[in-house]
Amino acid sequence: MRIFWIACRLLPVYVFLYLPLAVLITFSFNSSKYSTAWKGFTWKWYAKLAANTQLVEAALNSLTIATLAASIASALGVLLAVALFRYRFKGRDLMQAGLFVLMMSPDIVMGVSLLLLFVAMGLNPGFWPLLTAHVTFCIPFVAATVYSRLKGFDPNLIEAAEDLGAGEFRTFRHVILPIIMPAVLAGWLLSFTLSMDDVIISFFVTGPDFEILPLRIFAMVKMGVKPDVNALSAIMVGITVCCVFVSHLLMRKRK
Amino acid sequence: MSNSRLFRRISIGSAAVWLTLFALAPNLLVLSASFLTRDEAQLIAPLLTLDNYKAILDPLFMRVLAKSLYLAAGATLICLVAGYPFAYTLARMKTRFKPLLLMLVMIPFWTNSLLRTYALIFLLKAKGLISLCLLWLGIIDKPVSFMYTETAVFIGMTYTLLPFMILPLYSSVEKLDLRLLEAAGDLGASKFKIFRHITLPLTMPGIIAGCMMVFLPALGMFYIPDLLGGGKNLLVGNFIKNQFLVSRNWPMGAAASIVLTLLMLVLVWAYHSSAKRLGKKTEGTAL
Repeated sequence: MRIFWIACRLLPVYVFLYLPLAVLITFSFNSSKYSTAWKGFTWKWYAKLAANTQLVEAALNSLTIATLAASIASALGVLLAVALFRYRFKGRDLMQAGLFVLMMSPDIVMGVSLLLLFVAMGLNPGFWPLLTAHVTFCIPFVAATVYSRLKGFDPNLIEAAEDLGAGEFRTFRHVILPIIMPAVLAGWLLSFTLSMDDVIISFFVTGPDFEILPLRIFAMVKMGVKPDVNALSAIMVGITVCCVFVSHLLMRKRK
Repeated sequence: MSNSRLFRRISIGSAAVWLTLFALAPNLLVLSASFLTRDEAQLIAPLLTLDNYKAILDPLFMRVLAKSLYLAAGATLICLVAGYPFAYTLARMKTRFKPLLLMLVMIPFWTNSLLRTYALIFLLKAKGLISLCLLWLGIIDKPVSFMYTETAVFIGMTYTLLPFMILPLYSSVEKLDLRLLEAAGDLGASKFKIFRHITLPLTMPGIIAGCMMVFLPALGMFYIPDLLGGGKNLLVGNFIKNQFLVSRNWPMGAAASIVLTLLMLVLVWAYHSSAKRLGKKTEGTAL
């Protein structure tokens, strides 16, 4: 009976969250192009995707940007989190508040502000503005993930390292870094996904010379339902499931 | 020793420089652009003016703002009402499937929201799942399309943003001290009273955080009305995007963007003060 009531409260939300995705994935294997009716199983839309060079190029661009942005943001975010945790310096509170505001600030606001900056700097939209923008919106997420990991850890370890004569860098390298590693990896994965997903900010800072997957998808989706977009969505959902699973394993290991 | 000082300086400095250059400076540029004049050739002319803000007070923009506040607030409310019982039940469950159930919420949270919006078209279109179900049940007698309606925009926002509501709620319910609920029950408080006086105030930071994480993106997600609302339901996000990319009135777009930023700051402040108040209160009871 209790199970029944629990299911009553949980199931509708799960159905709501997953039904559209399930329908989408199912129809990516439907051989009929237009109809909603099932006309038999096919792989042809996936083959068509692989042949779409524009799309493959955009996907590769996205992977490049996401990998680079996640790595740079992780490096900066880790240094920032460690600095906020260990040092008391002027402007520390301000920086913490600023990070929170940056995390909450609507994508569209960040998009137009970066557009203005790059125009003022005389930079054409493309690779560098895009990379810079992605690093910027990823930093607070890495810093927050790492900071919360640092807060849960025994400060005596740092003191012990310092008493034994380790300098700041050695303490960081041999004591702090191994402890926060799972959080760094989780932050990297989060940044990677955020970067792969971003539509709004990228929309303002990249141009036709450097097209990325979400914007390519946006252009395709505007034309309505198409079977190759379904296939692409199915692949993206599959990748996300893998990422979430890996980060879940990482988080479990840290306990 | 000097090596240590250097490391300290680098770790504070690198991020500080990056954030000043690419987060603070751009926003200051937007702020100053909102006080300048539009220029056909150069986009922005260095003439100080308040016209952009006057233009924003114009009924046309006010209607857009009111409409998008209405849509975003509506979506936030739907997410809260749907998400709270779910997050509460999930957080208080004692089963070994809990991590799996939580992971099932994380997956949509991490899935490309544009694709998730696209997936909804399968349900909402004339020969979509909802229409077919209603036909089959005999509620309607010919296919009905839900696309390009206000309902579609509501569904789209709720669908994309629901996980953003559930996760903060979940973590605030998980932190709940169950002994307080038991004590209240032992002292004879009704279920409603317990909820009203203990559960609700203690999960308030989670509620506010969830509402922020739904409400703020909802104002800016221009692609949801673009795809599901057919552009009829213009949001602040669409308005800003159009000012920058279509009508090329950058100062006006900057002013609208400042309005959105101010709105965010008010919400951040509300969240911060509620979390602080709660921190003080629980400290008080602990002593």
